[in-house]
Amino acid sequence: MIPDILVRYGPRMLEGFLVTLELVAISVSLGALLAALVTRARLSTQAWLRGLSFAYVYFFRGTPILAQTYLVYYGSGQFREALAAAGLWWFFRDAFLCCLLTFTLNTAAYQAEIYRGAVRAIPPGQWDAAHALGLRPHQTFLKVILPQAFILAFRPIGNEIILMIKSSAIAAVVTVFDLMGATRLAFSRSFDISVYFWAAILYLMLVETLRRVWDMLEKRFNRHGLAAHRGR
Amino acid sequence: MDHILELFSFGPGGWGDELAAATGLTIRLAAATVPLGLLLGLLVALARHSPHRAYRFFGNTFATVFRGLPELLTIFLVYYGGQIVLQRIASLFTESNVTISPFLTGIVALGLVFAGYASETFLGAFRNIPKGLFEGAYALGLGKWQTLYLVILPSFVRLALPGIANLWLVLLKDTSLVSIIALDEVMRQTFVAVGATKEPFTFYLAACLIYLTLSLISSLGITAIERWSERGMRGAR
Repeated sequence: MIPDILVRYGPRMLEGFLVTLELVAISVSLGALLAALVTRARLSTQAWLRGLSFAYVYFFRGTPILAQTYLVYYGSGQFREALAAAGLWWFFRDAFLCCLLTFTLNTAAYQAEIYRGAVRAIPPGQWDAAHALGLRPHQTFLKVILPQAFILAFRPIGNEIILMIKSSAIAAVVTVFDLMGATRLAFSRSFDISVYFWAAILYLMLVETLRRVWDMLEKRFNRHGLAAHRGR
Repeated sequence: MDHILELFSFGPGGWGDELAAATGLTIRLAAATVPLGLLLGLLVALARHSPHRAYRFFGNTFATVFRGLPELLTIFLVYYGGQIVLQRIASLFTESNVTISPFLTGIVALGLVFAGYASETFLGAFRNIPKGLFEGAYALGLGKWQTLYLVILPSFVRLALPGIANLWLVLLKDTSLVSIIALDEVMRQTFVAVGATKEPFTFYLAACLIYLTLSLISSLGITAIERWSERGMRGAR
């Protein structure tokens, strides 16, 4: 019943699928934390913080993630002695960790741009209103601005996660055995193109599941909100 | 500093000329992908907009698949899949082996991805063209083709342009993936240079700067084109 090729390579591809999930889940979560800091810097009153965070976002959004991965994984080799002296070489020697680092830095730049847009979309009058009610700035941010910005950012963040799932396939190029890596290995041994179709089905299932879960969650978050009437 | 200048000099000792040629190839690949992507994207958008269920199903499936697959996987599917299909056809006539060029693979694979996303943009543009435009054109006595060409097309271009411009920027970066199937564009040439010089960080940073420059120049061009497409709009900037 099960095709031969899946009997032979299926388990390894499923393991790869888990590695893909792991890569995306960790880098998107760490990326969200980093993005919060970057967003703070982007909206700062200090010119140098704004400049620095702008350059960061511009660099990571303007260059291919493949080039960034090579820069971290192969590029670190140029500073091998310095990194070894600092006790960091074990990190940069590991392809999986290098991918995690690159993907985190990359998604943080995209997420920061989403958060910045969401915070700025909240009418500034709300800050004044909260101030008039006697709320402190950080209370205003946490209790008034953030909940609304969260809803605005929710859909774009879902799209960003989908983009990360797709981008994560390039980890295979630097020897990580994620779903793509395991599939390439299976193909190089069997020369059976159907392994790529099975991988395609797994990726599509993952992306479609996420998209549907996200739609459901968005509906739930919007159940009393203004955004409910805005449609999609 | 002298060392860096030497590495990037034009000539037998430096990699400046190789990287410049590779940049040219990257630009040619991206530019050659756009016509296919736009045409296919428009067809898919029309299918998704069609009253026929079968067309809609085909269009939606196309968009879901090519927006959902990793670009790298699409490239492999086109590269190896295309090879097998062509081999089957060729084996009817000849014994020799068929290989397809990485450049052509890049155009087809990136074109499919571009078309998937472009169909989304076009669909949005179709839906946002005001009905009043058709009625106004009819009232002025314009014929069907005149209406389409003089009234609808300019609005359609204006509505679709921001989305398409964004896809161009994404496409420029995605061309780097074609290096994996050995096309000598920027990423692959950088890889070769790293092998020869053992200076990976310097060269990959240089590659990043090449891509940054390309997207910076593109952004300037896009702003100019957008301004042109908004000419005659009320409150145009």
